[in-house]
Amino acid sequence: MSKQYETVIGLEVHVELATKTKIFCGCSTAFGGAPNTHTCPVCTGMPGSLPVLNKQVVEYALAVGLATNCSINQYCKFDRKNYFYPDNPQNYQISQLYLPICHDGWVEIETAGGKKKIGIHEIHMEEDAGKLVHDEWEDCSLVDYNRSGVPLIEIVSEPDMRSADEVIAYLEKLRLIIQYLGASDCKLQEGSMRADVNLSVREVGAPAFGTRTEMKNLNSFKAIARAIEGERARQIELLEDGKNVIQETRRWDDNKEASHAMRSKEDAQDYRYFPDPDLVPVMISDEWIARVKASQPELRTEKLERYQKEFGLPQYDAEILTGSKHLADIFEQTTAVCGKPKEVSNWLMTDAMRLLKEQEQEPEDMHFSPEHLAKLVELVDKNVINRTVARTVFEEIFRHDVEPEAYVEEKGLKVVKDEGALKTKIEEIIAANPQSVADFKAGKEKAMGFLVGQTMRAMKGKADPAVVNTLVRELLSR
Amino acid sequence: MSILNLTAVELGKKIKAGEVTVVEATKAALAQIQALEPTLNSYVTVDAEGAMKRAEEVQKRIDDGTLTGPLAGVPVAIKDNMCTEGMLTTCSSRILYNFKPTYTAEAVLNLEKAGAVILGKTNMDEFAMGSTTETSAFGETRNPWNPEHVPGGSSGGSCAAVAANECFYALGSDTGGSIRQPSSFCGVTGIKPTYGTVSRYGLIAYGSSLDQIGPIAKDVTDCAAILEVIASYDKKDSTSVKREDLDFTSALVDDVKGMRIGIPRDYFGEGLDPEVKKAVLQAAEVLREKGAIVEEFDLSLVEYAIPAYYVIASAEASSNLSRFDGVKYGYRTKEYEGLHNMYKKSRSEGFGAEVKRRIMLGSFVLSSGYYDAYYLKALRTKALIKKAFDQAFEKYDVILGPAAPSTAPKLGASLSDPLQMYLGDIYTISVNLAGLPGMTVPCGKDSKGLPIGLQLIGDCFQEKKIIRAGYAYECSRSYETPELAVKAAEQEGR
Repeated sequence: MSKQYETVIGLEVHVELATKTKIFCGCSTAFGGAPNTHTCPVCTGMPGSLPVLNKQVVEYALAVGLATNCSINQYCKFDRKNYFYPDNPQNYQISQLYLPICHDGWVEIETAGGKKKIGIHEIHMEEDAGKLVHDEWEDCSLVDYNRSGVPLIEIVSEPDMRSADEVIAYLEKLRLIIQYLGASDCKLQEGSMRADVNLSVREVGAPAFGTRTEMKNLNSFKAIARAIEGERARQIELLEDGKNVIQETRRWDDNKEASHAMRSKEDAQDYRYFPDPDLVPVMISDEWIARVKASQPELRTEKLERYQKEFGLPQYDAEILTGSKHLADIFEQTTAVCGKPKEVSNWLMTDAMRLLKEQEQEPEDMHFSPEHLAKLVELVDKNVINRTVARTVFEEIFRHDVEPEAYVEEKGLKVVKDEGALKTKIEEIIAANPQSVADFKAGKEKAMGFLVGQTMRAMKGKADPAVVNTLVRELLSR
Repeated sequence: MSILNLTAVELGKKIKAGEVTVVEATKAALAQIQALEPTLNSYVTVDAEGAMKRAEEVQKRIDDGTLTGPLAGVPVAIKDNMCTEGMLTTCSSRILYNFKPTYTAEAVLNLEKAGAVILGKTNMDEFAMGSTTETSAFGETRNPWNPEHVPGGSSGGSCAAVAANECFYALGSDTGGSIRQPSSFCGVTGIKPTYGTVSRYGLIAYGSSLDQIGPIAKDVTDCAAILEVIASYDKKDSTSVKREDLDFTSALVDDVKGMRIGIPRDYFGEGLDPEVKKAVLQAAEVLREKGAIVEEFDLSLVEYAIPAYYVIASAEASSNLSRFDGVKYGYRTKEYEGLHNMYKKSRSEGFGAEVKRRIMLGSFVLSSGYYDAYYLKALRTKALIKKAFDQAFEKYDVILGPAAPSTAPKLGASLSDPLQMYLGDIYTISVNLAGLPGMTVPCGKDSKGLPIGLQLIGDCFQEKKIIRAGYAYECSRSYETPELAVKAAEQEGR
């Protein structure tokens, strides 16, 4: 390949806001629930019903906008986006086109290539649609409007990203900001954060952008990275073959690691946007902005610094812990009970991270009580259980949120401190392994390790390894 | 005298005094409905059973003193675009032929709380689009003064029912004149309140930024009393206004001394029927004799109101009516292949010609590339019209003019020429665009014996001024009931 290509990427990120009720009615936003139970005339688009804006949605959108250095449209409006689809009960979505709440912001990302600012074109508020359920048995489609009217913000970036790394860094950054603000839990898998990737390629140095495509159905960072690589390669191949990239929306299939066209620009719909006459303009006063700014919680950068100062943690630990708001919350709640920040940090950074990785989960998926982890730290500290046992107990806490003290009691996992019983056991093992004893006496230190291991196994791991070590040496040296 | 000739407030008083029972009043209205519906077709749905049951309940609550308002026990008819829980609400459209709402409109709830007995739902132009009540999917309503003529529209069923004594009062809705024009054609009184005064929650939207519910009755006193009951601040309607001045009946005073009344010359030019002109100017003369200061002025921009209105109302309607798609409720075509075909056939078969015309017009003006030229320009025109009224109200308390250029046309004469029909809204439409209150009061009849209506327009939130002027004028004349309604009642011996 003779030519060098540059990838140009812009993102449209949808984030489901953490409000208790929907954007235009009082229905619950809670997940689950039998179909169409979290509904009312408003979110099912019944004739004559009218939307009333949930103020909390504006607060969250405002908080995200301010945290991403946006300008605020202090006079903003809602518009109707008209299109027919059964998941959309009114056949129009209430969104913002002409005067979105936030515009012209940026966030700073850091990748191997260094620091970089990514521009945010706008952030607007809108309602989510319902869900279609296809019943194969009855050969019909059913609609569940429980999600209809759940509040979303859409964050539209400038086409400032040039690689999958930058895209992931940008998404991580947004996710952290939004999680720290408490505006959303931002789970990609569950769809509370969704990203559509707009991508084009051009020859390095070319002044104009190439024709872009929009990629949908990206449910994880990995899928996003793969889709970017796949789409970049596809577009370059087209250009190399002397063909044109068609402006279209494509759907990524992560199992096949390929995408297919959903619709082209030619059959793009005319949404006939116009201001929703059922809603009044939102007036955002200077005082309101000041209040949201003042009530902004500690964001990541501040937390990162505080963890190093207040808890004396190494920067590495602080970075991992603050890398997820939920993880940081667990850390703080645990240390609030048991102190020992470095000890707590170790559990979270090594054992918790290992288990998450094994199960392909995110820190947000951890649901154990910080009190239980605190108790575990205490048990180890007081030498009630040894570290090996503690690791299995931690797994139980991680998976089933067990109360460690009761669990240790029930399973009989306490460290055996009765030296007499331990001595008897060691003597049995020495008697049963004359070869190892001979090896030890011949100067092979390794042989002692074997005997200690045998003892620990015989004690089902409940002995204190240090004590076992001393006793084995003592008895061998007799 | 028959109970049926009583106004709503008079009947309320007699019920309270124990001279008439709620059941008697309800029975009388239902009998009148039975006698006249074959001729008039004012109603889409008559709920005789429900009304009688409700009458008994209301009577009990009046007897035990829990219901004391002026309208307690008075039977009412509701325009069929207001949701009534469990009762058919069709907007006179095939697409909602079987639709029973799960909730009741706020304005109707307010009436129910005041002890109203709902007789049924009145006929209208389909989705309130029309000026004659001929676009109804359930047949046209006829004018009680002459069944060869239309009752006007779109609240034609409500106005005809009031005029023919098929109810004691009714609710209508007004997007471009739909209360005031049929009130004029049927010889009854109707108010379109300031936008935001009556909750729109439960009113099936036509042009959301223009729609407003209002009372239709025999006189100004009734209208003021009804408006007092239905007006409320409603958190469920974002465009609802919190008002502290809802005591409309306090304005029922026969005194217009010093009131400044402006007559826009623009309303008396070409196209106005000379008989209508004469009657309206005579009404102005009555007010002058009572001490009002009456003068002519130029309002301007009147000719731009109709195009601006049809762009805005159709644009909003094209979006408002998209929810009627055969998926969730209402009409669905019998046979179809796939979703798109189901949408297309259900909507093609479910909507009538006038509704389709406005959906297409509205979709066109909102489509990309035309939005600025039509929709935005119409919004700017709307703002200019409001400004012209603001200037007028710096000088005048009330603006006086005709409600319509003519009296009721013959059946079938309007629909053949929609543009001509749209022009008939010229005096009422700008009031909606500016969000103002307007009222029609009967002011005589033409040589054919058809009623003529006087329109009084006030500044925003100045309903009391038009109520005062209307009441003062009304005191100079007596209410007339059409012959047909009188005869029907006599034959029935009521």
